[in-house]
Amino acid sequence: MTTQQESPVSAVISIQVENESGALARVIGLFSGRGYNIESLTVAPVDETRHQSRINVVTTAVPRVLEQIRAQVERLVPVYRVAVMTRQDPHVAREMALVKVIASGERRADALRIAQAFRAHPVDASATSFVFELTGATDKLDAFIDLMRPLGLAEVSRTGVAAIARGAAIL
Amino acid sequence: MNAASHQTDLKPHTTGTDSSVVLTGAEVLLRVLAEQGVEVIFGYPGGAVLPIYDAIFRQNAIRHVLVRHEQAAVHAAEAYARSTGKVGVVLVTSGPGATNTVTGLLDAMLDSVPVVCFSGQVGVPLIGTDAFQEADTTGITRPATKYNYLIRRPEDVASCVHEAFHIARSGRPGPVLVDLPKNLMVGPAPYSAPPRTPHPSYQPQTEPGRDVIARAVTAMKQGRRPLFYIGGGIINAGPEASAALRRLVEKTGFPCTSTLMGLGAMPAGDRRFLGMLGMHGTYEANMATHGCDVLIALGSRFDDRVTGRLDAFSPGSFKIHADIDPSQINKIVPVNVGIVGDARRVIEMMLEEWDCTPANPGQPIDLASWWHQINEWRAVNSLGFTQDMAPEAIIRPQYAIRRLHELATATGRDTYVSTEVGQHQMWAAQHFGFDRPNRWLTSGGLGTMGYGLPAAVGAQIAHPDALVIDIAGEASTLMNIQELSTIAQYRLPVKVFILNNQYMGMVRQWQQLLHESRYSESYSAALPDFVRLAESFHGRGLRATCMGELDGVIEEMLAHPGPVVADICVAQEENCYPMIPSGAPHNQMLLGPDQDDEISAEGRMLV
Repeated sequence: MTTQQESPVSAVISIQVENESGALARVIGLFSGRGYNIESLTVAPVDETRHQSRINVVTTAVPRVLEQIRAQVERLVPVYRVAVMTRQDPHVAREMALVKVIASGERRADALRIAQAFRAHPVDASATSFVFELTGATDKLDAFIDLMRPLGLAEVSRTGVAAIARGAAIL
Repeated sequence: MNAASHQTDLKPHTTGTDSSVVLTGAEVLLRVLAEQGVEVIFGYPGGAVLPIYDAIFRQNAIRHVLVRHEQAAVHAAEAYARSTGKVGVVLVTSGPGATNTVTGLLDAMLDSVPVVCFSGQVGVPLIGTDAFQEADTTGITRPATKYNYLIRRPEDVASCVHEAFHIARSGRPGPVLVDLPKNLMVGPAPYSAPPRTPHPSYQPQTEPGRDVIARAVTAMKQGRRPLFYIGGGIINAGPEASAALRRLVEKTGFPCTSTLMGLGAMPAGDRRFLGMLGMHGTYEANMATHGCDVLIALGSRFDDRVTGRLDAFSPGSFKIHADIDPSQINKIVPVNVGIVGDARRVIEMMLEEWDCTPANPGQPIDLASWWHQINEWRAVNSLGFTQDMAPEAIIRPQYAIRRLHELATATGRDTYVSTEVGQHQMWAAQHFGFDRPNRWLTSGGLGTMGYGLPAAVGAQIAHPDALVIDIAGEASTLMNIQELSTIAQYRLPVKVFILNNQYMGMVRQWQQLLHESRYSESYSAALPDFVRLAESFHGRGLRATCMGELDGVIEEMLAHPGPVVADICVAQEENCYPMIPSGAPHNQMLLGPDQDDEISAEGRMLV
């Protein structure tokens, strides 16, 4: 219970909610109202028959605050279950990015070569541009975008992280 | 309004058992309210709720009390709920009607009061068009309510309203708002019985785990300096929880302190009760909190007004925290044993466990030296004050409340006390002894000035034969003074006892202690003549300006069968002591005006 020594850790907070009007607003309103940070956010329906959606929030906080976030989110009426996944908890976390690069000549060839190394797919191409689709962990996307920067990076659209626990454990 | 799209929204549905009888949405609403046991609605009409008011007009089962401002409707409903244990019900119109309830809803949220608020809304086809008196009510009230609904389909009216009551009263109680578009109230709607599984994701835990109770009781038995620290959760858990608490305190022999919201759960005069703790708590309560070795928090939430400086709060104690809301455990103060459950069940299981857990081997519990220490602290008499008894002497506010308590007790009547917010509230908490739960109605968490007068309306409506007193300050009471009109209309014999020091007293006190007596905007200038104000609202006005007039005024106020405003002119610059200055720990209380100069720079930053 030593609070001073704790350092902030990154975590994905995965929230199973009733797919109803206002559910997302309740969750993100709680984050902003209580001063918790949102680094990325994804939401989509995941169970049509039971009307459930899944929200994934990436945040950084000390463990005690993560526990408080979990408790505060869990008590919202439309929330079924909450999982807090940090580096210690075995889980898979992925996001997708669409990256537009405007380049010609040698820079254009470089961009294409690096994209192949990252298994980024060109999903749109014109005489002067590419749109690459890339899926992976957040740091992989960051690295790819950094490499594209000197090669004509023009625009990025990212989905934010979706996460799920490894093994047979379910939320 | 677009008639075609309007029509599709009104298409009657033939689900449910009563499909033969066609009711309007408004009629369905009233039927569900009656089924939920609602007897009174506090409300104010307007365009969007006209169909509901028409349905109210055509029935007699539910009484409507017309307030004079929507905020007052919520406070009245809160007091109704807190003094009866039932759900308080509010009905307001759309737009400004709804936004005026926000303060009341948040007040109910912070003090965990079960209230269901129905707000009118423009018709479904008009939502989002900036229509007349349209507001995004569910958006505005989302952080001010436990849950809220915007009903969009006629078939959802009955089930959502049933569910709203379930959510308001179960688990940690709180306010729920239901936004009702006008066209759904006019058109037909099917009735349905309460849903078997209301909101599947909402499953509050009320039954505590046997294993954590056992761990708590084992620690309690090992304590040499134990202390119960109880809060409003005991009141919310019903009078049986207070009764069980009294048995637990008696059985264990432990001392007990209470938060502002828990007053009345323990009898004020009980020898094991140390009074309120926290910023204006008693010396013995705060010293015991600081010095205890086992702290048992029951239905309390370590509010900053209770803990003072956090890193010095009850250092070294083994902490047990029972709360119905899991998010309260470890929120502010890390605890050793966290118990999730209803306060009544927690206490009952502690009582059972106490009998089957052996005491510390070979060592019976001996609390004599702890009680000896506590009695030494008690002897400091931290609530003491000196009152000059000469007839021309200035009345001290503490004395006025003591006399009010004594003379009210002498009437033998069941007495409910509401307050506004500020010095008078703290003096009432300190000096008006509460012996029973549900008699003390105050705004704790939000600290809403203007709470007391409408709260007195709600309490008097719920308990027509009881003595209901609003202990007020002259500044706070002006914030909802229009409710004197409600009081007049329903002939409510409410007694408004104003401790008039012509200042926003608590603001002035802090300015004196923290801002070198620069009384910036805290003087109550241009006050009304409260006696004539009362008379203009068809009540009786009384005034006491000196000691010689005090008893006479209180006696006349208590004897008068109708509403009274008593203007008690009290010492203007009296401060509320004892006090833990901002940023100080519990063992560094200011006991009186001689110790005023010790507030740290850090403390000045705190509220």
